[in-house]
Amino acid sequence: MYAFSYQRPRSLAEAAAALQAEDAKLLGGGQTLLPTLKQRLARPSDLIDLGAIPELKGIREAGGGLEIGAFTRHAEVAHSDLVHRVIPALASLAEGIGDRQVRNMGTLGGSIANADPSADYPAAVVALKGTVLTDRREIAGDEFFTGMFETALEPGEIVRAVRFAAPDKAAYAKFRNPASRYAIVGVFVARFGAEVRVAVTGAGGSVFRAGAFETALAADFRAEALNGLSVGTDGLNADLHASAEYRAHLVTVMAKRAVEAAG
Amino acid sequence: MANPNGIGAPVRRREDQRFLTGRGSYTDDFKRPNMTHAVHVRSPYAHALVKGIDAAEALAAPGVVAVLTGADMEADKVGSLPCGWQIHSKDGSPMKEPGHFPLARGRVRYVGDAVAVVIAETREQARDAAELVVVEYEELPAVASSTRAVEGAAALVHDDAPGNVCYDWHLGDKAAVDAAFAQAAHVARIDLVNNRLVPNAMEPRAALGEYDAATGDYTLTTTSQNPHVIRLLMGAFVLGIPEHKLRVVAPDVGGGFGSKIFHYGEEAVVTWAARRIGRPVKWTADRSESFLTDAHGRDHVSHAEMAMDKDGHFLGLRVSTLANLGAYLSTFAPSIPTYLYATLLAGQYKTPAIYAEVKAVFTNTAPVDAYRGAGRPEACYLIERLVDVAAGVAGLDRTEIRRRNFVPAEAMPYQTPVALQYDTGDFAKNLEIALPLVDYDGFQARKAASRAKGKLRGIGFATYIEACGIAPSNVAGALGARAGLYECAEVRFHPTGSVTVFTGSHSHGQGHETTFAQLVAERFGIPIENVEIVHGDTAKIPFGMGTYGSRSLAVGGSALVKAMDKVERKARKIAAHMLEAAESDIEVKDGRFTVAGTDKGLGIGDIALQAYVPHNFPLDELEPGLDEQAFYDPKNFTYPNGCHVCEVEIDPETGVTEVVAFAAVDDFGRVINPLIVEGQVHGGLVQGIGQALFENCVYDESGQLLTGSYMDYCMPRADDVPSFTVRYHEDQPCTHNPLGVKGCGEAGTIGASAAVMNAVVDALAAYGVTHMDMPATPEKVWRVIQAATPAMAAE
Ligand SMILES: Cc1cc2nc3c(=O)[nH]c(=O)nc-3n(C[C@H](O)[C@H](O)[C@H](O)COP(=O)(O)OP(=O)(O)OC[C@H]3O[C@@H](n4cnc5c(N)ncnc54)[C@H](O)[C@@H]3O)c2cc1C
Repeated sequence: MYAFSYQRPRSLAEAAAALQAEDAKLLGGGQTLLPTLKQRLARPSDLIDLGAIPELKGIREAGGGLEIGAFTRHAEVAHSDLVHRVIPALASLAEGIGDRQVRNMGTLGGSIANADPSADYPAAVVALKGTVLTDRREIAGDEFFTGMFETALEPGEIVRAVRFAAPDKAAYAKFRNPASRYAIVGVFVARFGAEVRVAVTGAGGSVFRAGAFETALAADFRAEALNGLSVGTDGLNADLHASAEYRAHLVTVMAKRAVEAAG
Repeated sequence: MANPNGIGAPVRRREDQRFLTGRGSYTDDFKRPNMTHAVHVRSPYAHALVKGIDAAEALAAPGVVAVLTGADMEADKVGSLPCGWQIHSKDGSPMKEPGHFPLARGRVRYVGDAVAVVIAETREQARDAAELVVVEYEELPAVASSTRAVEGAAALVHDDAPGNVCYDWHLGDKAAVDAAFAQAAHVARIDLVNNRLVPNAMEPRAALGEYDAATGDYTLTTTSQNPHVIRLLMGAFVLGIPEHKLRVVAPDVGGGFGSKIFHYGEEAVVTWAARRIGRPVKWTADRSESFLTDAHGRDHVSHAEMAMDKDGHFLGLRVSTLANLGAYLSTFAPSIPTYLYATLLAGQYKTPAIYAEVKAVFTNTAPVDAYRGAGRPEACYLIERLVDVAAGVAGLDRTEIRRRNFVPAEAMPYQTPVALQYDTGDFAKNLEIALPLVDYDGFQARKAASRAKGKLRGIGFATYIEACGIAPSNVAGALGARAGLYECAEVRFHPTGSVTVFTGSHSHGQGHETTFAQLVAERFGIPIENVEIVHGDTAKIPFGMGTYGSRSLAVGGSALVKAMDKVERKARKIAAHMLEAAESDIEVKDGRFTVAGTDKGLGIGDIALQAYVPHNFPLDELEPGLDEQAFYDPKNFTYPNGCHVCEVEIDPETGVTEVVAFAAVDDFGRVINPLIVEGQVHGGLVQGIGQALFENCVYDESGQLLTGSYMDYCMPRADDVPSFTVRYHEDQPCTHNPLGVKGCGEAGTIGASAAVMNAVVDALAAYGVTHMDMPATPEKVWRVIQAATPAMAAE
């Protein structure tokens, strides 16, 4: 790590002010940022620790769904009775992130701000008609993820919370990278009345919706409805662990499993 | 009465208290007054000329004490890291042995090769400054794979090794094998790759060098499996420091798996630099450095053929292997794909004729050397995969072909056609014990149940034999070892009857502090608490060859027995004197020395006290003290052997393989501590399963390491493996060491990979699969299913 100054603001306003420093960076659970610093791949002047800001914490019911503070750790989501009651699929997604140590530190805000193409939460944000609440505005989940490690956040903008709609049925199925345990492919399927959303993470540069899957499932919410459907290999990732072809195949398999799990 | 902590007792590891409560003392824990920190500047290129090093900016950075390079070492006449084993090629010429300098001299040959060292007040300052060292490189073409290295157009790693060949060696009787093939009814063939692995000990390598200008004494504290060997190699060959001025300490060491046997350049750098700058210098690898610079394991490409008669009896085995040695010769590298590999190619079978050729090549990758099993897993994997293919060719059940070809227990001692003489082993018995453990008879029903769920099920066997207890010095010497491979022990009774044992074996996870103490407790009938085991310090231990090749108990334990024999002889003399009896009338049992036919006797504690308070000793015949030392050189290797059975279930939709059952039946000879043995087996099995399903070290063609962190290099985790069924039997003890022990440290790793892959291939047999290279990753498995499915659908 290179040297940096460390700050621990007590309010969102203080954090926003501190973030004005040149090359300042927000620190969530540090599960992505700290390894990056240790490898000397980033050199922030200041780290603004978001851990002491009450406005960023907590899980509450809102508008028939859930509003989860940005500084809510994955483990809190995984173990929350409220989440289990309102959107159990979200709790099980959180329970499947990384390992216990990562879940005890990593936060929702950090995960979506980082927008790793193989992160899990982006699939939930998109499939559950999420809304990202920042210190400045509200951003529709569908518009939030703009590319690989890219979001609609402006410089200096802080994620405050994420609002998720409660679906009638939902499930997340993940094919994890055996080494890192990130998603090689993760598919979140959510049904809201006649509407079905299928959000795919891990497979492409950024989370995306599988339109043909959604149409098929809206007509017939059974795994068999996806027979013969594929997202195709265009724009899919390929690396040491999985080719684009294999990822495309897994998207269909995971989508089917999610539909089955959603019941 | 039997000692509750004696031989055979499942005593819990005494060392675990300090390990599990964070109170171990590892090399990086040591802090010395005025200590500095070293960080290496390493090559980002796989192959390049070093045209210049500009350290001016680094030297001006805060806290920097020195920046040293290969030129500084050369000026101080620092030597090349020596290789401990010499192999001769088929034509009699010695292997190519290029220079291997702690800091590169003019040319770097793998990513991670050290070019300079920055020494500063703190580690962070040294890291900061290391980035300021400007190295001018001229990149050269590189070669990373062994198959590419032997192609005519390949880049040359060393100018004096044409074709990148280090040696081209062979073993066995070629003519006899050719004759066997000429009369074969069946021939089985296989091409296989034994994938390259990164050892990944939990504790990264570290070294702390100190120099005392007042006395001229050097001390190196290092993460080593064999401190005396490091003292010899570094002192005599690299730095020119005589043994009496060099102390090497290997304190608690957090795992080695072979990778900490070798003498690494960083050890020489910190020791040399400590004198140059007049302050202690510490270096600790970070995980990225460990991936890049720890000696890797395996990396073989082989072709093998088995000739059989019409009934599936093996007639002859022909093997040709290309072994990747990396950029330089690590300490024992040349011996691994030769004498620790080809000599094991008979396996458990009475194959009458065997011929093996091994070409070992240099590439622009990290050095490759011994890694848990070292050559023997490669041999086992090759034979056991080939035997499965042979079963298919001969139309025999995979258990039947093994039974037909096992060396029978009655044939022991058995001389193999590849140099070894097995002393004991009942291979058929291992298999017969294993089959019911996995309910082999019920397998077809389980397979059908899996099929009903849309899953594929397979079962796989691997039988293994390993040559352990390394090694008889006369044999090793004849085969090219430049050192003897005995072990030393000293047993020191203290006046009040407690004992300190000094052993040349080194424990870095094996539990010697428990097992060795059990031997002493049993022998002298004393509480285990009264025994202390000291290891890992050249200033305390007379000598030692260290721990590797499952040798500690077989060789180090035998040395301990010899030293205890000497103690007993001396104690008997003292007892005779004290009891006023003839020595020949003294009977010894469980540490009590009695006069035959009387109730007069003494315990070892009374004798020890008298030994140190010799008020009325006949000093001409009897010296004071009770402290004896012994060296033990084994007469033969030991031959642990066993049978592993693995059952897998594959999800054809995703290609994911799950190990659903695993049974290991092992013959380790006599077992001193069954709890520790089982732990060693478990760890070994996980490593073997890791190689088969998860671990893979990948360099790209330009020599960049693609799997340089745990994000890409997949280590097996607890939830990746089933609950193991482990059994051993003790009725085939080793015949030539006093304990009858064979060794258990590597067995799990040796058999497991082959058992898993045989199960995977079995599960995929319906798709026409006869072989798959490791690791059987989900995509690889899915692809073979995909490739076969249209063909099957067409049928
Ligand atoms: C071994 C390992 C395995 C993992 N496996 C998975 C996995 O399976 N699935 C998965 O989804 N993730 C996985 N992760 C990532 C993990 O979920 C991280 O927690 C997450 O990516 C980042 O969250 P964080 O709170 O740790 O953020 P940090 O690392 O602290 O920050 C990440 C980035 O987000 C920014 N940031 C943080 N909070 C905010 C905010 N409120 N507003 C704006 N910007 C902010 C930071 O400035 C930084 O740029 C894994 C990580 C590790 C180390």
